[in-house]
Amino acid sequence: MKRWLAAYAVAFYAFLHLPLLTLALFSFNSSRFTRWEGLSLTWYAAIFRDPQILEGAWNSIVIALWATALATVLGTLCAYGLWKRNSRTLTGALYLSLVTPEIVTGVSLLALFQFAFRWLHWQLGLYTVVIAHVAFSLAYVVIVVSARLRTVSPALEEAAMDLGATPLQAFWYVTLPALAPGILAAALLALTVSFDDYVITSMVAGVDSETLPMVIYAMARRGASPVINAISALITVVFGALILISERVRKT
Amino acid sequence: MPPILELRNLVKHFPGQQAVRSISLSIPRGAFFSLLGPSGCGKTTTLRLIAGFEQPTSGDVLLNGEPVNHHPPYERNVSTVFQNYALFPHLTARANIEFGLKRHRVPEIERRVREAVALVGLTGKEERRPAQLSGGERQRVALARSLVLQPDVLLLDEPLAALDPKLRKQMRLELKALQRQAGITFLLVTHDQEEALSMSDQLAVMNEGLIEQTGTPEDVYLRPRTRFVAGFLGAVNWIAGAAIRPECLTVSREAPGLTATVTATVFLGDCVQILLRLSTGETAVAQLPRAAVRFQAGETVHVSWNPADELSLP
Amino acid sequence: MKLRTSFLLPAWLWLALLFLAPFAIVLAYSFLTRVYVGVAPPWTAESYQRLFDPLYLVILARSFAIALAATALCLVFAFPAALFISRAARFKTLYLQLVMLPFWTSFLVRTYAWIFLLRDTGLVNTVLQALGLIHAPLPLLYNDGAVLLGLVYGYLPFMVLPIYATLERLDPSLVEAAADLGARPLATLFRVVVPLARPGIVAGSILVFIPCLGAYLTPDLLGGGRTVLVGNLVQNQFTTARDWPFGAAVSIALMLIVTLLLIAFLRRESEPLA
Repeated sequence: MKRWLAAYAVAFYAFLHLPLLTLALFSFNSSRFTRWEGLSLTWYAAIFRDPQILEGAWNSIVIALWATALATVLGTLCAYGLWKRNSRTLTGALYLSLVTPEIVTGVSLLALFQFAFRWLHWQLGLYTVVIAHVAFSLAYVVIVVSARLRTVSPALEEAAMDLGATPLQAFWYVTLPALAPGILAAALLALTVSFDDYVITSMVAGVDSETLPMVIYAMARRGASPVINAISALITVVFGALILISERVRKT
Repeated sequence: MPPILELRNLVKHFPGQQAVRSISLSIPRGAFFSLLGPSGCGKTTTLRLIAGFEQPTSGDVLLNGEPVNHHPPYERNVSTVFQNYALFPHLTARANIEFGLKRHRVPEIERRVREAVALVGLTGKEERRPAQLSGGERQRVALARSLVLQPDVLLLDEPLAALDPKLRKQMRLELKALQRQAGITFLLVTHDQEEALSMSDQLAVMNEGLIEQTGTPEDVYLRPRTRFVAGFLGAVNWIAGAAIRPECLTVSREAPGLTATVTATVFLGDCVQILLRLSTGETAVAQLPRAAVRFQAGETVHVSWNPADELSLP
Repeated sequence: MKLRTSFLLPAWLWLALLFLAPFAIVLAYSFLTRVYVGVAPPWTAESYQRLFDPLYLVILARSFAIALAATALCLVFAFPAALFISRAARFKTLYLQLVMLPFWTSFLVRTYAWIFLLRDTGLVNTVLQALGLIHAPLPLLYNDGAVLLGLVYGYLPFMVLPIYATLERLDPSLVEAAADLGARPLATLFRVVVPLARPGIVAGSILVFIPCLGAYLTPDLLGGGRTVLVGNLVQNQFTTARDWPFGAAVSIALMLIVTLLLIAFLRRESEPLA
């Protein structure tokens, strides 16, 4: 049985990783067809010549950074508040928001914005995307930070106050440093889900706020292209590097 | 001069539970005072009420004669050594000790820290983090962290419970010496009667949210006022209506005395316990020095005691 | 004490403004009437009646069927993998990270990978033709099978991790005891290991089933618009069809199903293990 399991595991990991590996491999193919004709960086060069891709990437980065910053701060405060005083309503709503189908989140946020625009003369744009991303990534941050908080003894804050720290100082000097690795992991997760999101973004983005996933999606619907292979490989490598770095930071 | 710490009719209810039913205590300045009781008797709640982590349902906590009920923990001049020390894991020993001084914006932080470190014998280990310290060293950091603030009262919540038994006995002596040297009032909470008896100037025995008896260790051990106190501080034999501690029984092969059969002997290292079945059917335990006569199980013996050693219980 | 409450303020703000308000608006829309752009009174439950139109019931049934099939396939593929990791003597963390890795890479990229592999001029067809096994490309992409494959591939890690977590906690002496009592390896697996891994299997199934039921991206990209599931129906009503009340009604129905599933799961999970 042990041998069968090992053989199965090889097949399983191949299924999991071969599609992405071949995808990346063919981004270096000099032919635009799926027939190997030699190494080339043509498709990577093509990325940097395509203004639509570059603009989408820039928008995605701006949105992801804003959404991550806001969601991380708010989510950490939420997790801390829930740690101090549990609320079943809030916890339930956070879980529910995690499992809400993305398309439903997308249309309901769109409905919210349209409804608000009846009074405010704004329109869909980068900032609606940022708000939408904060709305759906907050739960991820709360879950990750809460998991870390469960390892923090409430006696630490009591000890801090016992030694003369006000509640705010106790939070700032004691709990926050103890939470730092969890907050970093949460921020990274928020960054990934924000940068990757297509479904919700496509509903609430304006004409001037096309993101990278929206560009990729439009290209992919027209069929495969080695340029998408190249972007895919780049995204995977960049996020892989980010995760490796964060693991390093967490261990020190 | 008022007592340094006074509790007046202190009551604390939790939902569905009366943790502290009514406690009045007065702790003299400079004393080593212990609150002794089984787990769940309300002693830790009492400590948390004094520290300010809990608000009393009714009654008062007075520090230096001033009620401090409504002061938050950071405005009370008492400090706590937590059961698991609650050292800040991300700070070095020095930063842990400096923590309170910085919050209070005290001058000469460096000198004070140096003195506190020397007092608890941690010199040379200031830059280590809690994870790099042994259990005993962590406790010293916790002590230094509180003592450096020169609190009116130092509260210690089962401070020795997390240590291994050998270190625990050594730390008893050190804690006692430290208290004398620092000249600070200590209030110790413990469930270990040996600990309370060996360290305290005075102790209070708690049970089910009430104080059963207050007095010096000798008082409480030799003249317990309730059966609970007698039983909690040491073993008690009930023979023919008299209460008598095992070490006060004399066992001999010769009369006079009550006839009894030895059912077992237990070697404890520094002494020997003899389990007896009396002719009346009662059982008793006698504790004898090791050098005494050896008895065999099944042997018939005579048990006697000095009437002055009987505990007078209601 | 006040401070504790104020730390919950961001959470309540999020709940009110970004969670409840959007749903309240969608709920209101679902009871309104469609006009050229948007919604208007009178109030009506007509959109909900339309849900029972056979045309839409078929879509709902197909979404359930595909989500169920994806969950079953994930379970079949994930269980042996979780078993392998939990029994690995070395490199356990590495094996786990290899399962987690796709979770950290873009979902969109992982879905696109299957377009690259399965399309008529994709890698699979090219290789098969080069080997002379087939003469015309197989229609691998843009059908229910491709959607199912995409869903299984996308959500497989969600099944592996909870099952692994329960298997990891399983006392190895139970397996030894079963063997000692005469059970062969397969009997031990199905009579001892699988039943004890049930909490993980249930958790994994919920984690896979719920996103599959509301999936939009995978059926759209890999189904090529031919496989319409509930998620695509919602999107379509809000964009092309411009029937917001009906789209809202479908969203509310979908949310209701998801909420009930989640509640049933949490109830079950909070039960003490028998």
